[in-house]
Amino acid sequence: MSSRKKPARGTAKPVPKKRTSRPAPKRAAKPAAPRSGAYADFMVQAYAMENDARDRYTEFADQMEVHNNTAVAQLFRKLARIEGLHATRIVREMGWRKPPAAAEAWMWRQSEAPESVPPGELHYLMQPWHALELALACEQRAVRFFTGISGSTAPADVKRIAREMAAEEREHVQLIREWMKKVEKPDPGWDRDPDPSLYSE
Amino acid sequence: MNAPAQAAQLTPQKFKSDVKPVWCPGCGDYTVLSSITKALAALAVRPENVAVVSGIGCSSRIPAYTTCYGFHGVHGRALAAATGLKVARPDLTVIAAGGDGDGYSIGGNHFLHACRRNVDLTYIVMDNRVYGMTKGQPSPTTEPDWDSKLSPQGTGLREFHPLVIALASGANFIARATSSDPNGTAELIVQAVRHPGFSFIEVLSPCVTFRPEQRTWKDRVHPAPVAPTDDPGRAARRLMTDDGFNIGVLYAGHRKPYRTEQSATPSSVAELEAEFIL
Ligand SMILES: Cc1ncc(C[n+]2csc(CCOP(=O)(O)OP(=O)(O)O)c2C)c(N)n1
Ligand code: SF4
Repeated sequence: MSSRKKPARGTAKPVPKKRTSRPAPKRAAKPAAPRSGAYADFMVQAYAMENDARDRYTEFADQMEVHNNTAVAQLFRKLARIEGLHATRIVREMGWRKPPAAAEAWMWRQSEAPESVPPGELHYLMQPWHALELALACEQRAVRFFTGISGSTAPADVKRIAREMAAEEREHVQLIREWMKKVEKPDPGWDRDPDPSLYSE
Repeated sequence: MNAPAQAAQLTPQKFKSDVKPVWCPGCGDYTVLSSITKALAALAVRPENVAVVSGIGCSSRIPAYTTCYGFHGVHGRALAAATGLKVARPDLTVIAAGGDGDGYSIGGNHFLHACRRNVDLTYIVMDNRVYGMTKGQPSPTTEPDWDSKLSPQGTGLREFHPLVIALASGANFIARATSSDPNGTAELIVQAVRHPGFSFIEVLSPCVTFRPEQRTWKDRVHPAPVAPTDDPGRAARRLMTDDGFNIGVLYAGHRKPYRTEQSATPSSVAELEAEFIL
């Protein structure tokens, strides 16, 4: 097992705040037109997606903490908190008293939840820029996911909310791009370890 | 079968302990842990009715990271302990887990006989084709030409094919999973636990530290293009053309598990002692 303790570099700069509580979306203000059953199903899925992303970022933050890469750990913790807030917002907007049981049991049949970083992408020497790069790819996948639904044959209310969500995810893409400009871009060879774990004579 | 008592469904999180894994970031074993907890939640079992039994190795640390009963045993002996436990306590859901070194090297003989005995338990091997914990020695599944400091120019030894061995030895359920697909792996674990008899899942689980090239496995895996079979001959023919990256259930047989009837647990020490009197 390798559990090398290396502080991450290039982390001190302040980063722009990714908005965690957006202005109340238009959809919340609209008088409730009768919603299709598919709408509730879709929101359960959206909730599950945010939750999944939060859990994955939390796991990653734990991994980085164990390996003393505190800068990246903090960044993942922050991203987890943001995804958690999104999940809570869905609960509030849907008027659920507690998260729906169906969401807890949700399994993404075909693949991973679009907004979750694929497992196995971490490196113990990774830097905040890498973490943001992973987050950026997630937000881009989420844009594609919601755009796909907004252009599908789903009921009109589902398509409308999917369009709004796609727009929000596009905003996140922009925010993360801004954030990436503020952190140091890793040098080539960032993963070179002067004291490698491989046995050598 | 490993019939789990139906109960109110818990979330996967409830099966995760507070102990933080010390695996390397990017190690496939994180996913396997997550798949096990998802599967247990989907099976609607309770942690106190599940035992996770392991040997020694990075992967074998897994019991500590769950809230189930755990036994982090002796190198290569996960299946011996798990078999004993299941026979003594058939009411428990028993999952044995470990690495390719643990299961196919020092534990290889136990593997053959566990398949042969067909006791109703599930064996998950996190195969990274290397000994991770002891810093990168070749294992029985290592490619013969894997050139490393510890095996210059490779071992030159033909690798062991776990699925072929499992089939030939009588395992009742055989599947291959990948740590790049946590939910797919969870589904396979659910099927394995539900299937009566000895269920074996080989999980391709990269060791990113000693075999960083395994990070590309996620691009090489693909769903097996055929449905599972209950015909061992057909399964064997499929394995002849297996590229090592087919994911899914290979074989689900109908062999009767060992001692399916509930064996009475001795209610007193005297009763237990009586069992040992010749
Ligand atoms: C009886 C005994 N022999 C040897 C060892 C040393 N040892 C510890 S773990 C291990 C191999 C681990 O490889 P694997 O099972 O593939 O697990 P991984 O670490 O790759 O997950 C060995 C040989 C031991 N602990 N006990
Ligand atoms: S050494 Fe390999 S098997 Fe062990 S934790 Fe690290 S990546 Fe995983």
